[in-house]
Amino acid sequence: MIYAGIDIGSNTAKAALIKNDQLLGTHVISTGYNPLKAGIKVFNSLLKKTETSKTDITAIVSTGYGRASITFADKTMTEIICHGVGAHFMNSEVKGVIDVGGQDSKAILLDKNGNIENFAMNDKCAAGTGRFLEVMANALEVNLEQLGDFALKADNPSKISSICTVFAESEVISMIAAQHKRENIIAGIHESAAARIAILAAKVKIKEPVIMTGGVAKNKAMISALEKRLGFQITAGKLPQENGAIGAAVMASRL
Amino acid sequence: MPEKPPDTHKIKSAKKMRDIMTTYYLDAMTAEQNNKQIAWITSGGPVEPLVAMDIIPVYPENHGAMIGASKMGEDLCSKAEDMGYSSDLCSYARADISCSIVKGGPIGGLPKPDMLICCNNICGTVLKWYEVQARLYKVPLFILDTPVCHTQYSPEIARYVQAQVDEYISFLEKVTKRKFNYDKMNKVGKLAVQAQKLWKKILNTTANKPSPMSCFDAFFFLALIVTLRGTQTAVDFYKELLKEMEQRVKEGISVVPNEKYRLLWDNLPLWYQLKWLSNKFSDHNACLVADTYTTAWCSALNYTDENDFIGSMAQAYTMIYLNIGIEQMADQVLEMIKFYDVNGFIMHSNRSCKPYSFGQMDIMKIVQEKANIPVLMIEADMVDPRSFSQSQVETRIDAFMEIIKQKN
Repeated sequence: MIYAGIDIGSNTAKAALIKNDQLLGTHVISTGYNPLKAGIKVFNSLLKKTETSKTDITAIVSTGYGRASITFADKTMTEIICHGVGAHFMNSEVKGVIDVGGQDSKAILLDKNGNIENFAMNDKCAAGTGRFLEVMANALEVNLEQLGDFALKADNPSKISSICTVFAESEVISMIAAQHKRENIIAGIHESAAARIAILAAKVKIKEPVIMTGGVAKNKAMISALEKRLGFQITAGKLPQENGAIGAAVMASRL
Repeated sequence: MPEKPPDTHKIKSAKKMRDIMTTYYLDAMTAEQNNKQIAWITSGGPVEPLVAMDIIPVYPENHGAMIGASKMGEDLCSKAEDMGYSSDLCSYARADISCSIVKGGPIGGLPKPDMLICCNNICGTVLKWYEVQARLYKVPLFILDTPVCHTQYSPEIARYVQAQVDEYISFLEKVTKRKFNYDKMNKVGKLAVQAQKLWKKILNTTANKPSPMSCFDAFFFLALIVTLRGTQTAVDFYKELLKEMEQRVKEGISVVPNEKYRLLWDNLPLWYQLKWLSNKFSDHNACLVADTYTTAWCSALNYTDENDFIGSMAQAYTMIYLNIGIEQMADQVLEMIKFYDVNGFIMHSNRSCKPYSFGQMDIMKIVQEKANIPVLMIEADMVDPRSFSQSQVETRIDAFMEIIKQKN
């Protein structure tokens, strides 16, 4: 029996297949303008990649902010439950999940069975999300993928005091004008985002071991800024970006 | 064509209630022609002496709720901002202040007041809000200052508020140029207590499974206990409504077709999203059976002596839900969780209502520890939709319901 999960995020669309409780494969593309189209495309590409036929798929669960657009899914589930379940599937020891995506960040507390005990999400604010990093990368003329590497080279991280993304951007621009080192500004940005995310972790009284999921988990500087802030070790999940889609596939197997 | 089956889930008394409210607003709109005076009063204010003096009470907050429900909040709030008021100011206040100037809203603005009665047991914003209106309309303003009872209703507070109750009566005599009618006051006091007892019984019917109504219905039926408290009309209507609820309980008629999960709501509703929210929960087979907001209009019953209304009024109006300590508020919430046997607690962190939203984090922690049920906090505003993000709230509610389903 093969099950599929499709996670339509604000930036990227992800798909995952599981067979006999084993991960068969995953795929990631950018979401673009049409979430349904992205969903079809990422799903078909994954089928091709894993040489699976559509008729072999027993059930599909869609998740992410565009979950309702995936009309061919059997059920929609929120990304909170899918990230929790996905993290537990990849590592059954996990108690806490910090997921930082394009427009949402969340902290999830799991019980011993991998069920969600509690969760907290960012409020109506982009600070502490992938979008915050994206805006800053833009202002600093750095590729989003390189942002973390720059931060790790900082010798004296700048202090970003604004909470709001828009205000923080103008703060960064004045730092550029004051000729702060780019590495230091970028490290400051990571610390600022980590401070916002740490509040969510504290809200749910997160327990170790904690893994980080979502696209931002690929950024090593972000993980180390969070570790510094929270005072314990955080591991990047295996396939962090695809974690929600993996969780959705697991949920499909439970339908 | 086959006839559409009657919707048994619908509450029949709703139509009558709409008619009563229409008559009430028509009376208020034509007060001047009928030589009647109008007092604007805060939602938690002592209305009974006004009723006893034959003064028509009008509630800017009820009007604010109407503005919100008619989805006119954004426009009126931004007009107030154009006038220079901060977007952080309460949306009821913003909507009311701008409505007084532009005469907008669903009923073209409230009838001009002859006096303003402001009681700060619900918040501090009303003080400045009513001062603004007093200057605009050039009418006398009476302020009843009720200190917050963090731990208890102390003898000092009792003396202080009682003295103001006496001043309140003198104020009314001065403005109306009539003697206060104590005989009528006794009757009005008894009617007010009777209506509150009925309101309490109505709200308590939702402890039945399935629940005959939800807090969305309570938000609607609340209007009479607020605006017409102390009148025979309110008593008669609530008797009928109670009868209908008891009948529904007897027949097992629920408001949510397949009630499986029961939830408790905290804070004011999102007036502009009632239908969406109600459907959202209904789709999850969840019924919001009770709330901390509508119960506020019967929570003072313990302190009210129907045979000495004026003598007990000070304490009854000081000890309301928003004017007590956090621990006491949490105790009330815990009691409700037990009484209504709910599976989860939803808190609306309301950008407008500071006293209601301040302290919610502490109440949340207490509830999580003592009641061990999931708690969800959603951030929005009661009238201004610009503080509400549908897709974000939707994801949070869906995730919350997934957790509740997992646990039950």
